[in-house]
Amino acid sequence: MSLHDSQFRLLLERRRFLALGGAVAGTLGMFPAWARSGTAGLAHARPGSEVLSGDSIALEIGESHFTTGGRSAHAATVNGTLPAPLLRLREGSKVRIAVTNRLKVQSSIHWHGLLVPFQMDGVPGVSFPGIEPGETFLYEFPLTHSGTFWYHSHSGMQEAEGLFGPIVIDPVGVDPLACDREHVLVLSDWSPIHPHEQMRRLKMQGGYFNRQRQTLSGLLAGRDQTLAERLAWAQMRMDATDISDVTGSTYSFLINGHGHAENWTGLFAPGERVRLRVINASSMTNFNFRIPGLPLTVVAADGNPVQPVETDEVQIAIAETYDFIVEPGTAPSHAIVAEAIDRSGLVRATLAQRPGLVAEAPKLRARPVLTMRDMGMDMSGMDMGAGGVIDLSQPASGEMTGHMEGHSMSMRDPSAAPGVKMGPGVAMLSPMPVDRLADRPTGLETVEHRVLTYAQLRARDANPDPRTPSRQIDVHLTANMERYMWSMDGEAMSENPAPIPFRLGERVRVNLVNDTMMPHPIHLHGHFFELVSGEPGHRARKHTVNVLPGGKVSFDLTADGEGDWAFHCHMLLHMHAGMMRVVTVRRAEEA
Amino acid sequence: MTRRFPILAALLLPGAMLALHAQAQAQAQETDATAPQAERHAGSDHGSMDHAQMDMSAGDMNGMDHAAHAMPKVNASDEPGDAPPPPVPTDFPADRFFPPARMAVSRAAMVKEMTFSTFALQVDQLEWRSGKGGDGFGWEGQAWYGGDIDRVVLASEGEGLFGERAERIELGAYWRHALDPWFNLQLGMRQDFRPDPRRTYALLGIEGLAPYWFELEGQLLVSNKGDIHARGKAGYTQRITQSLVLEPEAEVDFAFQDVPELNVGAGFERLELGLRLRYERNRSLAPYVGVNWERKLGGTAEFARAAGEGVSGVSAVFGARAMF
Repeated sequence: MSLHDSQFRLLLERRRFLALGGAVAGTLGMFPAWARSGTAGLAHARPGSEVLSGDSIALEIGESHFTTGGRSAHAATVNGTLPAPLLRLREGSKVRIAVTNRLKVQSSIHWHGLLVPFQMDGVPGVSFPGIEPGETFLYEFPLTHSGTFWYHSHSGMQEAEGLFGPIVIDPVGVDPLACDREHVLVLSDWSPIHPHEQMRRLKMQGGYFNRQRQTLSGLLAGRDQTLAERLAWAQMRMDATDISDVTGSTYSFLINGHGHAENWTGLFAPGERVRLRVINASSMTNFNFRIPGLPLTVVAADGNPVQPVETDEVQIAIAETYDFIVEPGTAPSHAIVAEAIDRSGLVRATLAQRPGLVAEAPKLRARPVLTMRDMGMDMSGMDMGAGGVIDLSQPASGEMTGHMEGHSMSMRDPSAAPGVKMGPGVAMLSPMPVDRLADRPTGLETVEHRVLTYAQLRARDANPDPRTPSRQIDVHLTANMERYMWSMDGEAMSENPAPIPFRLGERVRVNLVNDTMMPHPIHLHGHFFELVSGEPGHRARKHTVNVLPGGKVSFDLTADGEGDWAFHCHMLLHMHAGMMRVVTVRRAEEA
Repeated sequence: MTRRFPILAALLLPGAMLALHAQAQAQAQETDATAPQAERHAGSDHGSMDHAQMDMSAGDMNGMDHAAHAMPKVNASDEPGDAPPPPVPTDFPADRFFPPARMAVSRAAMVKEMTFSTFALQVDQLEWRSGKGGDGFGWEGQAWYGGDIDRVVLASEGEGLFGERAERIELGAYWRHALDPWFNLQLGMRQDFRPDPRRTYALLGIEGLAPYWFELEGQLLVSNKGDIHARGKAGYTQRITQSLVLEPEAEVDFAFQDVPELNVGAGFERLELGLRLRYERNRSLAPYVGVNWERKLGGTAEFARAAGEGVSGVSAVFGARAMF
């Protein structure tokens, strides 16, 4: 592209952006300054920039109207902005946050990743009664740790309507990760279709929003699976293109509330080291995050510092946060790209030396196709090519047509998961789930640059509890995509399942087994856990872990938060459909 | 001749339905198959390794074991113990901080909110038919209310020629209950407003998604006059592109006896085959064109011939599928 071309394009883009920016500003007051395009970043934040600090904060939940990229609808917001105001607080202090609900329905705020007393955790029906219309609830808790976190409503899927915002807790003393400048990037998905209506449509047709299914023309063109593979999957009634439930066919993808054309821009000066605090606040979208041409150094995951890892792309699951350090050098601009994992859309923001620059976004890559590994069948060492069709629809029996060393290959053999309540909501049980912490995430298996895996994450600080777990439990993530049913151990939250009990202070290994073909970002409230990967001692500490399809993840948990906590898939519709439990931590004499 | 059909029919159609149901049951029975499974493995001589028996020392089985949860690259010392879990408490810690009555309401509200009951209207076919015998119409669709497992369904289908009394008008109302991940039971009634005389049937059916994505439905119908009928349906969705969908369908009716009042002979009554090409840019309203072929069969065809009516007809169809 010649200089002339790019300047012209830039002008056009800029004009479009200004027009859109105006429209947005008109309908939603303004973005908070830190999220406003062209922001100089946090280090240079001016007073009145809607960064809320101090030990007494007031938040007001209300209704707004939000428009992006031609899509427009009601939004639930905090203090009138989407994303909600940034809360910048200091470790070691105590904060009082008064939340007033101006909606017509109940609301709540959950402090995602903050270790707070359970009654301040903000989950209606679990930790508190919720905040009724017109009511003010006073949250009050000490800040015991630092990092990048976020907050969102835990009521009625309001999070999908825009009710989320970032939290930055600065450490006591000097921050070893401090940079010349920092930006907060809140990734989200926005649909004008109300989440309840999304759910209803998915219940009518599991693939309602999927506009990237396999087709006859694709087969003839040699795309996607071969005929033999398609037949094998059709026999099992499994869809290899079932990557995301709600897709770019209705979503606009946003960075700090700005769509692709609105091109959110964060500034830097040549030679600076810039810290990016990235939060995936989406309701249903896992993002592939990259800055083409610029390596990302991962320095923290879910708020907890990790030993620096340099990589080129990170799949940020819903509810995860990552801190990256980048060195943009002297180039005028860089594209920040968040691409939906099903490649149904992307959003580009720009890291620029001055406002108005538009970095060119890369094209969407091809939609991934799931494999047998995503079905809980590691096919390595298995002969599938020479007509070795495995009859996966039949219950396990002595007659194996595959060559899995006699191992059961049924897709729904209850002996693979004795704790699971079998029923219409359980379409499959992974016959051989493997630990996938060292796997590249869905759709990034074969990209040519570096991709972060969980196994690469090592905690900077020693794990606080060196004990070996005294026991372990299995939790199966179960579903039926065709009926759009989601559950844990075959039971939906609406069936009122018993809570998962822990003794206060005990150390337990939790094995999450994904019996579905979709990744599930599983979040435990009120705790950090260590991912069981590599030698003990410096395992990564997280509050959310994305369990890859057909795989399993183990984490060690020190149950040190007394009380009742939510434990759920952070794909909002999955949680709402039932992939959730209450975890209860009790003193031994009490339990 | 017509006397033999009941026997044949008794073998064929219910047989097919039973097979379907047996499959559903077999899958349902997997639920309590754990113990027999273990026995089967224990007694087998084909080198089977079930989950409980899997040899931990086998290096190539790393990460495959359930019972012992071997993790790759992990020291033996990192292996969790087998302490018993604590009992499941029945009280609620939040009750100590908030009024217990309010918490109880809040807990109930959460469960209620996550219990999904919804209404849907799905019109599979609403079409204009153009054939030799004249122009006509046809429809097929259902409305339902309920959750994942249980739903109340109102289903209707019918056809006719413009300017004449409709040939068929059927309205079914049944309880739909999920049997397994793929198949549902139907239990209810069907009222036929046409043909004359009207009939009311008790309805027992199975519908679902068979391997290879075939949509199947089988119904057994017993009328208020005691005559017994069966209906079978099959369909398939072939996506040509993301928006262009080809949908072949077949529907067959079967009578277990002669029903002269309805001009129905024992045996297969009618067969209907359709092929529709749909443009589904928008899921809620998708126009289609297609062809529909219908033929009266056996004794029913004889009745038609005797009355001077045609027994088969092919028509071009133009219509729309809608989903609300």
